[in-house]
Amino acid sequence: MSDNWDASKPILQIENLSISFFTRLGEIPAVMDFSCNVMAGEAMGLVGESGCGKSTVALAVMRDLGKNGRIVGGSIKFKGRDLTNMSQEELRHLRGSEMAMIYQEPMASLNPAMKIGAQLAEVPMIHQGMGKTDAWALARQIVADVRLPDPDRILNAYPHQLSGGQQQRIVIAMALMSKPALLILDEPTTALDVTVEAGIVDLVKDLGTKYGTSMLFISHNLGLILDVCDRLCVMYSGEAVETGNVREVFSTMRHPYTQALFRSIPLPSADKNASPLIAIPGNFPLPHERPNGCNFGPRCDYFEKGRCNAQDIPMSAVPNGDRHASRCLKWSEIDWAAPPALRTQKPKTPIGPVVLKMEDLKKYYSTGGGAFGGGAKKVVKANETLSFEAHEGETLAIVGESGCGKSTFAKVLMGLETATSGSIMLFDERVQSTPIQKRNTDTVSSVQMVFQNPFDTLNPSMSVGRQIIRALEVFKIGADDAAREARMLDLLDLVKLPRAFANRMPRQLSGGQKQRVGIARAFAGGAKVVVADEPVSALDVSVQAAVTDLLMDIQRENKTTLLFISHDLSIVRYLSDRVMVMYLGHVVEMGTTDQVFQPPYHPYTEALLSAVPIADPKVTRKRIVLQGDIPSAVNPPPGCPFQTRCRWKTQVAGGLCDTQMPPLRTLAGGHQIKCHLDDKILAEMEPVIKMA
Amino acid sequence: MENELLSWGQIFASAMWQFTPVWGALALTFAVLIVLKNRLGLLGKLMDSPVGIFGLGIVLFWVFTAIFADFIITMDPIAQFGRVKNPPPGTPLVDPAGGYEYFLFGADHLARDVFSRMVMGARSVLIIAPAATAFAFMVGVTLGLPAGYYGGKLDTALSFIANLVLAFPVILLFYLLVTPEIRLTAIPTALAATLFLFPIIFFVTLFQTRFYTNPSKRNLYVGITLVIGLWAYAGLAFNADPLGIWSMEPNLLNVFVSVVFVNAPTVFRIVRGIVMDLKSRDYVAAGQTRGEGAWYIMLWEILPNARGPLIVDFCLRIGYTTILLGTLGFFGLGVSPESPDWGSTIDDGRKLLTLFVHPALVPALALMSLVLGLNLLADGLREESLKD
Amino acid sequence: MLLFVIKRFGVMVLTALALTFVVFYLTNLPPNLEKLARTEGSVRMTDQAVADWIVQNGHGGSVFGRYAEWLGVAPGWALTDEKGVLRGRCVTNQVQTATYCGVLQGNWGTSTVFKKPVLDSVIEKLGQTAYLMAAVMLVMVPTSLLIGVMSGMREGSKTDRVLSFFSIATTATPEYVSGVVLVAIFASATTGLSPILAEWGWIDRKTLFLGTATSAQDNITFWNFTLPVMTIATYGIGYIARMTRASMAEVMTAQYIRTARLKGATFRSVVLKHALRNALIAPFTVIMLQFPWLLNGVVIVETLFNYKGFGWTLVQAAGNNDIDLLLGCAVVAVFVVLVTQLISDIGYVFLNPRIRLA
Repeated sequence: MSDNWDASKPILQIENLSISFFTRLGEIPAVMDFSCNVMAGEAMGLVGESGCGKSTVALAVMRDLGKNGRIVGGSIKFKGRDLTNMSQEELRHLRGSEMAMIYQEPMASLNPAMKIGAQLAEVPMIHQGMGKTDAWALARQIVADVRLPDPDRILNAYPHQLSGGQQQRIVIAMALMSKPALLILDEPTTALDVTVEAGIVDLVKDLGTKYGTSMLFISHNLGLILDVCDRLCVMYSGEAVETGNVREVFSTMRHPYTQALFRSIPLPSADKNASPLIAIPGNFPLPHERPNGCNFGPRCDYFEKGRCNAQDIPMSAVPNGDRHASRCLKWSEIDWAAPPALRTQKPKTPIGPVVLKMEDLKKYYSTGGGAFGGGAKKVVKANETLSFEAHEGETLAIVGESGCGKSTFAKVLMGLETATSGSIMLFDERVQSTPIQKRNTDTVSSVQMVFQNPFDTLNPSMSVGRQIIRALEVFKIGADDAAREARMLDLLDLVKLPRAFANRMPRQLSGGQKQRVGIARAFAGGAKVVVADEPVSALDVSVQAAVTDLLMDIQRENKTTLLFISHDLSIVRYLSDRVMVMYLGHVVEMGTTDQVFQPPYHPYTEALLSAVPIADPKVTRKRIVLQGDIPSAVNPPPGCPFQTRCRWKTQVAGGLCDTQMPPLRTLAGGHQIKCHLDDKILAEMEPVIKMA
Repeated sequence: MENELLSWGQIFASAMWQFTPVWGALALTFAVLIVLKNRLGLLGKLMDSPVGIFGLGIVLFWVFTAIFADFIITMDPIAQFGRVKNPPPGTPLVDPAGGYEYFLFGADHLARDVFSRMVMGARSVLIIAPAATAFAFMVGVTLGLPAGYYGGKLDTALSFIANLVLAFPVILLFYLLVTPEIRLTAIPTALAATLFLFPIIFFVTLFQTRFYTNPSKRNLYVGITLVIGLWAYAGLAFNADPLGIWSMEPNLLNVFVSVVFVNAPTVFRIVRGIVMDLKSRDYVAAGQTRGEGAWYIMLWEILPNARGPLIVDFCLRIGYTTILLGTLGFFGLGVSPESPDWGSTIDDGRKLLTLFVHPALVPALALMSLVLGLNLLADGLREESLKD
Repeated sequence: MLLFVIKRFGVMVLTALALTFVVFYLTNLPPNLEKLARTEGSVRMTDQAVADWIVQNGHGGSVFGRYAEWLGVAPGWALTDEKGVLRGRCVTNQVQTATYCGVLQGNWGTSTVFKKPVLDSVIEKLGQTAYLMAAVMLVMVPTSLLIGVMSGMREGSKTDRVLSFFSIATTATPEYVSGVVLVAIFASATTGLSPILAEWGWIDRKTLFLGTATSAQDNITFWNFTLPVMTIATYGIGYIARMTRASMAEVMTAQYIRTARLKGATFRSVVLKHALRNALIAPFTVIMLQFPWLLNGVVIVETLFNYKGFGWTLVQAAGNNDIDLLLGCAVVAVFVVLVTQLISDIGYVFLNPRIRLA
């Protein structure tokens, strides 16, 4: 459909766009004075924390703001035509044919009751009036284009029969059916595993080049933006604060928020002791609590009273930049090269004696067949021969993607499940087959957990103080109610929350604050071993640093052993002492952080390292994209669990990988790898990440 | 001697006048609700929903009618006045004898005042329906929580029993359970003894799990529950209250127990479904990892968060119970043939329905408006609790 | 899939056994039997005579044994009384015709009210009710689905508000209320429309619709069947419409509906092609599970409109302590309920590709 559009003019031109939502509470501005241009074939990134309005902009471009949302000012020009005053019928002809959108949840984006082929073929049937046969043929071709195996089978499948990665490829295929001029991607990989994400990112980039599609790529992940986009626009609280060429902004940012954002994310150069992360102070303002003047003012290091909060601040161009602009009055006065003032070095925690020791731990589940109990019983081997030690004051990271068995391991340790075989020594007690009800209070209170989802971790109908006091009661701490009340307030101090929060309900707290309460609750009984299950992955980047720091501080004080479960290698590299990499229930690699992040790697670790986007233009990464998806733990492949996706498999003689489980080998310095590869090949591996 | 019928306008005005205490109470309640709107949580938010206000208004109208029934009625609802059968609305009494002079809404085939019977009928419905619903909730919650939380064999067994009860056409069950013959056997008492035990179990577990860390408080709460609970239990289930305060007529007990029995499985299924959804939340896992017992988690971590849908269902279920009680009355299985409850009155009136509409129509409309009010209230609550 | 059906079938049989046993137990309580003895024998029987009568008519012994006999898995009772007459479950004219003769063998006993075999009367009455049910379904299902879809597809719109209020109002109107109201409006010679219409000379008879449906037993007409059908349908319409609306409204907010909209599909196509099938899964189950409750409506309406069908029979059986007839009715009711549940389950699996098993 792409008619001849003058490539020197922008495909999408947004000017001074303002969007508001109208609720019972009145008008809530979501986006103010937003402008950006997307040229033909260009990929524009929109980056910001949740609630900054980036998705609202995308929906406004599609003119799909819902009942309450309304564009209150400005214009959105698509190929020169203003979308803001187009009729529904005109819009309908543009949607799907000239512009298409891809969202976060692939499963939810596909109609569960329609075959994939029918959903794809519908697009050309609507817009080009194509016949059914032709449309299916086109669908088959596009499915092959998005590199899905066996397109015919896939066309006749229902969405639930595909894996998450495959579903997202189908959503991308659907968007490309009419070769649109503009593709909007709203966090397209957030719901996917990292190694699957890498494949999707590659695909999007290649297809963008192949079809010459312009892209509006929305993400909270700065690394991903660097990977995919040419230009970006940083948003904060409904406004664009900085825009420009990606590499230029990443290396010479000209807005304090962008700078603060980069200082709060764990880049390879950060270190928890030498150069810790700097959290952005304060909280993201709610839409109806925005300050006068600069929205970032109250949290800004360079804030100047009477100037920054005096009037609305316009975007101003940065001279000599590539269409670089910043919404800051003081950008030309700030010394951007100066090191941060607040960076304090912290002492390293001494590593103490062994507190937790697992030996050959196995956990198998039996699941009763299908949804109706039919079929044979299947055994899920969630954990296979897990052996490791953890020391006092140490941070041990457990890394892996979905289905690797990290959560099961946590459950067994906590006593919510009992081990199938093997042993767990906690201090001087064997607890592998003691369920939590039979453990004594001391044991229970000394092993606690911090959960992933801040919106789920607190009971919504119990006050914050009550929840902490309950933990104290159960752990038999404090002689009477008054003593426990006092201890609860101390705990709030410990996690740096105001004491007044004791009477608040969880819904009145932000995500980061809830996570702090969760930490306070975990430490209520003086926990010695804390399992942190992705404690910051659901938080915004600027809050992540603060919560991570808090955990580290408490660890230093209490000499806590922290078992840090995560799929995010950046944060793992930043805070852990030792790392354990898991895949399908097996520990495939274990060693100190340096050992794991340097070659020799286990092939899976290598791929994982390569897959994690890094928001630093100075870093070069070797691209290793794994084929296919993670196999199901119900039906693991024979031999090495990783053999289905391993790029080194051909280097092992005799097809050993297909038939035999590799042994756990110990290399120099206690570094352990579960792989058949020769020492020689391992020694020749190149580092995945190189700092320029 | 005037034999003039009252005009429709006069009838309407006189009826409105009779309801004066209700209007006063309604005005007062809504004034309080509007003033305290921001401090009343869900009830306050309800004031934003026109549907909810309307529903609440109807429900409160009947609640106040039940409370002030003695002041509203114009005549004794059970007594017969005169010999004229089925006089139409507005008929003056032949011999008022110093009492009210008109049959406002007419009278039935036994010359009993339709208006007064309708008003008194509200009282019997509004005592039995909410109480029976509350008991059904206790039973459904106490069984639904473990079924949803533990799953497995317990769930299979309990769900089977629940489905068994639900598979009975209600009317058949009533014909089997509410008969004079069954009152001669031990079945109603046995059912009552079982069903009435649940509230006691529920509250004892509730306090035990919460306060076991603090024995003195626990003993106080559990003790109070046991004393009051067992006292009421002895009186209601076995008619053996030594003080004679708690007691229930055998046929009332029979009706009550049957209605609870029919409603409990549905509540069970709702609770079970919500628990299965909520038990995967992290705050439940947090409770488990600090070694909380299963019942603490069910009653204090899960149940409070299930309150939204349960409150909505409670309103709907009172309405449904009202309909059930009406059905029982309609088939002559009601509380007693004399009683002015709406179902029985409709049953009385239907025999000459095509000739005299008013004896059946008045209680029918009353019942419909109460159920409508409850349904609208539930709808308003649901809508408001989903917002935020 | 096969295993699922077998398992489902097993549960169904178990449920049927449990339900029929409960009914058997409750209809054969000692007081019921005593009452039966006094009605069949004489009112002035002594307690001893009653006890003897019970034993001699096969109602003695354990309830489980009698249930097994009734079901037809245990040999039917037979005994020779003091007059030398052979009597028993399987005895006709003094001759033992079979060992087993329970429900499974087609022997449903004899109705004391109608004085004929239970099976015959039940089948006859069931035929009458089938017409009523069919008419109700024809009115209720399309109307309620239409209302539900119309109000659910644009949640919060004016259409939605009006239709929602209508459906809430009908769910608040049980059959005995709507029946009374409908009769008052359309079938009363003194109130409602009929007197006015008669005065204007628009109708020849006294009332527009007939207030009883007795004549419909022989000849169903619009005038004698409308009110009973509408009375049952009213309550159901609101309920199914509410379900459909909720389901539809939920589906309309789903991501894949947005996908379809942003594909450029017309609103019509979004609703018909993408939303409808997903939205109808839940109401389908509800419609099927409506049967036990529809039976309720049938009983009320048949009583109210004097239509001698299955529901009317049930009332007669229960009111006259006709144990065999009541048991027969219960068996039919339980059977109908269980079969519809099975259809509902299988249909759900069929409609929803997500749970269709490989």
